[in-house]
Amino acid sequence: MTSVTDVSPARPAFRLTRAFHGLERLVVPALLIVGWEAFARSGMLPPALLPAPSAVLHALGDWVFGFDETTQTYSGHWLRDALASALRVFGGFALASLLGILAGVAIGWSRLFEKTLEPTLQMLRPIPPVSWIPLAIIWFGIADKPAIFLVFLGAFFPVLMNSIHGVKTVDHNLVRAGAMMGANGRQMLTDIVLPAALPSIFAGLRIAVGSAWMLTVTAEMVAVKSGLGYVLWDSYYFLRYDIVLAAMISIGLLGYLSDLGLKAIMARTLRWQQTTTVQGRAG
Amino acid sequence: MAAIELRNIVKVFSDKRRSRDLLTLDNINLDIEANDFVCLLGPSGCGKSTLLNIIAGFEQATSGRTLVDGKQVERPGSDRGVVFQQPTLMPWLTAIDNIAFHLKLKGVARAERYDRAMEFIDLVGLRGFEHHHPSEMSGGMNQRVGIARALLMNPSVILMDEPFAALDAQTKLEMQEELVAIWQKRRCTIVFVTHSVDEALVLGNKIVVMTRRPGRIREAVNFDLPRPRDITSPEFNDAKRHILALIREESTRLAQAS
Ligand SMILES: Nc1ncnc2c1ncn2[C@@H]1O[C@H](COP(=O)(O)OP(=O)(O)O)[C@@H](O)[C@H]1O
Ligand SMILES: [Mg+2]
Repeated sequence: MTSVTDVSPARPAFRLTRAFHGLERLVVPALLIVGWEAFARSGMLPPALLPAPSAVLHALGDWVFGFDETTQTYSGHWLRDALASALRVFGGFALASLLGILAGVAIGWSRLFEKTLEPTLQMLRPIPPVSWIPLAIIWFGIADKPAIFLVFLGAFFPVLMNSIHGVKTVDHNLVRAGAMMGANGRQMLTDIVLPAALPSIFAGLRIAVGSAWMLTVTAEMVAVKSGLGYVLWDSYYFLRYDIVLAAMISIGLLGYLSDLGLKAIMARTLRWQQTTTVQGRAG
Repeated sequence: MAAIELRNIVKVFSDKRRSRDLLTLDNINLDIEANDFVCLLGPSGCGKSTLLNIIAGFEQATSGRTLVDGKQVERPGSDRGVVFQQPTLMPWLTAIDNIAFHLKLKGVARAERYDRAMEFIDLVGLRGFEHHHPSEMSGGMNQRVGIARALLMNPSVILMDEPFAALDAQTKLEMQEELVAIWQKRRCTIVFVTHSVDEALVLGNKIVVMTRRPGRIREAVNFDLPRPRDITSPEFNDAKRHILALIREESTRLAQAS
């Protein structure tokens, strides 16, 4: 141990504790993986039912890079599958964001839209998006369209609800301040209400991107013949649980990255918010 | 012609939950001359904010006429600058963008906006903070931005609703001095709402004492003590005694009535 007067060795010691702080959070996952690996290798369950982490990693590696075709027809096709899912997520999410923000701002801002549009939308909202699958297949067939439709349904309502909330809770005095400075109706919306509602709108977008991944995977399990969800479900039929787990990991990773990307855009756009509310949570 | 003319202003709020009407302002008549610094003084709830909001155009009087520069007030407008109790700045804009917001709404180019706003940044002593967001500044600094924002519009009147009430005593004194300096330098008409007798006496050259509910004008006192005002001088204390007597008379009258 270092004495109080001895200043210089204190710094490495300090850095060491810092490094350990970073590692702390890895302790539980590491123990879980080691335990899982040991249990899988002990032979208490057939390896086909509970693949070891090493086997999952192997399957994932082959799926991505195609080195020994353990994943058979999927070998080396990960990028194609991931891209197929990501495009559906992006398509449905983009459409839902656009329409959700437009409708939400209209409903939040104007009594007319609130009275005419909102009751219908609120009645559609409790219907779970997955229950639309049969209709989606009848209307759009088995391809990208039903999946994008489902993603849209799942992402639209969180964006809508949060946009309405954001516009309705705009500080009344900010609107007064805008009127005092001579804002006309359009400027009131674009220069005051919309920026003021942005934090709430972004909160809706972040919920929506999570729903979007959930519904892409669901749709791919039922109504589409490509993408990560399809690989997951197909491998289940062939009892390839190592690929099932590899697909789950891939979906989790891409969902996490989408949220990270959105969070980065949000932090840039909402830099004016107190740093503790935007970046504090990111840390 | 006075800068602001209030004629028989009556304001009744309908209290829907108790289904009865609340008479808040009862027949207010007041003339405010150009370049006056008028303090509206009265206890909380007497209708000072309501009266100010009627002049600002945020609220409509139930009956009566409000004229600013001879024109009937119908809606808010940039001829009447308002400084709110809370700074009420656009939190996503920097200090300079908040101050120049009126110019942005008018479509003035950015370079000219900043050029004109810098004058007001200097006037309220915020040089060096022009690119700070409201969340990065203190309450006093934000209130300076709010004052600069109102001044930039070059309005015929500035309406202030207890703008210093939320500040600490030290900052409040500084801001009061600066406001008087700005008023002397720029010669504008100010209507300043306060519930503090001292604040009214430090700032105003006309003090309008309002009565407790329903709000009426008890007396409009002219107070031309030279500035800077010495708050320990006999003249200051005489005026204070007079105003306190008006207020006390009011509360004993109320106590007897109940
Ligand atoms: N929008 C409103 N609806 C109903 N009553 C109101 C409204 N605004 C103010 N009042 C009532 O009018 C009275 C005067 O309020 P206000 O003008 O804010 O007083 P002050 O600014 O002098 O404290 C209060 O009793 C308040 O409850
Ligand atoms: Mg008030």
